[in-house]
Amino acid sequence: MNHFAVWSGIAAIVITATLGDVLQSRAMKEIGDLDLVRKELGLAAVIRRVATNGRFMFGLAFMALGFFSLLITLSWGDVSIIGPASASLTFLANALIAHLYLKENVDRRRWLAALCVAAGVFLLAR
Amino acid sequence: MTPRKYIILLAVIFFAACGDVSLARGMRDFGAVTLANLPQLFTAMLNPWVIAGILMLIGFFASYLSALSFADLTYVLPATSLSYILMVLLAKFFLHEHVSLWRWLGVALIVAGVGFVAGGPEATPGAHKHHQIETLYGPVGALGEVADHEVDA
Repeated sequence: MNHFAVWSGIAAIVITATLGDVLQSRAMKEIGDLDLVRKELGLAAVIRRVATNGRFMFGLAFMALGFFSLLITLSWGDVSIIGPASASLTFLANALIAHLYLKENVDRRRWLAALCVAAGVFLLAR
Repeated sequence: MTPRKYIILLAVIFFAACGDVSLARGMRDFGAVTLANLPQLFTAMLNPWVIAGILMLIGFFASYLSALSFADLTYVLPATSLSYILMVLLAKFFLHEHVSLWRWLGVALIVAGVGFVAGGPEATPGAHKHHQIETLYGPVGALGEVADHEVDA
């Protein structure tokens, strides 16, 4: 498989994994602090709220797609580039989408954190 | 950040690293997966290390969702990346894998990244809709609604 196919696969992993993370974060923000919900309404209410949240389910579906994209892309190229590249680019994509879609306050401190961790994960997986 | 929240973040870190390492240890007994032995993969599910790994990854997902329910994604992801470091330590001392200088440099960068977020607030004010917050009218509960009469008072 050529470089284009491998990098398209990496792009697919990054997009689906990021959508999964961001949708789940959004769902959990809507549901509220799970520990407080459990204290007030019980564990069954926590499970019901999570399992019936549409964004959570979409997030789960995108996580599964991300996992299958990873498996397929790994069959096209070397794990030594696909693993680190997809993991570290997902960190950066998450910071960008969290800022744009989740309206999180991604200040300089958090950008530096995302960059350091992305670089660190890339080196770890080399 | 309360002690309870630190415990949840520590649980994410612990379960992520130990779950992966436990799965890796179990799959080492199984050997490389190929198309020829794919059906036998189901017997790998009976390996105690694999079972422990799956249970710990369920624990990871529960604590990860719990962390996202009170903290920003851009806080939780860097903060819990300490699990990569725990994984390197477990790989070195438990699985006896070789850890190169590059990987130690990666560990140092991750520590620096965690340091950057750890100094700041864990959540963007108002981002978590049902956050328990102290208001002019007293604490707003987990369900986030201030009763009308309290607002009017």
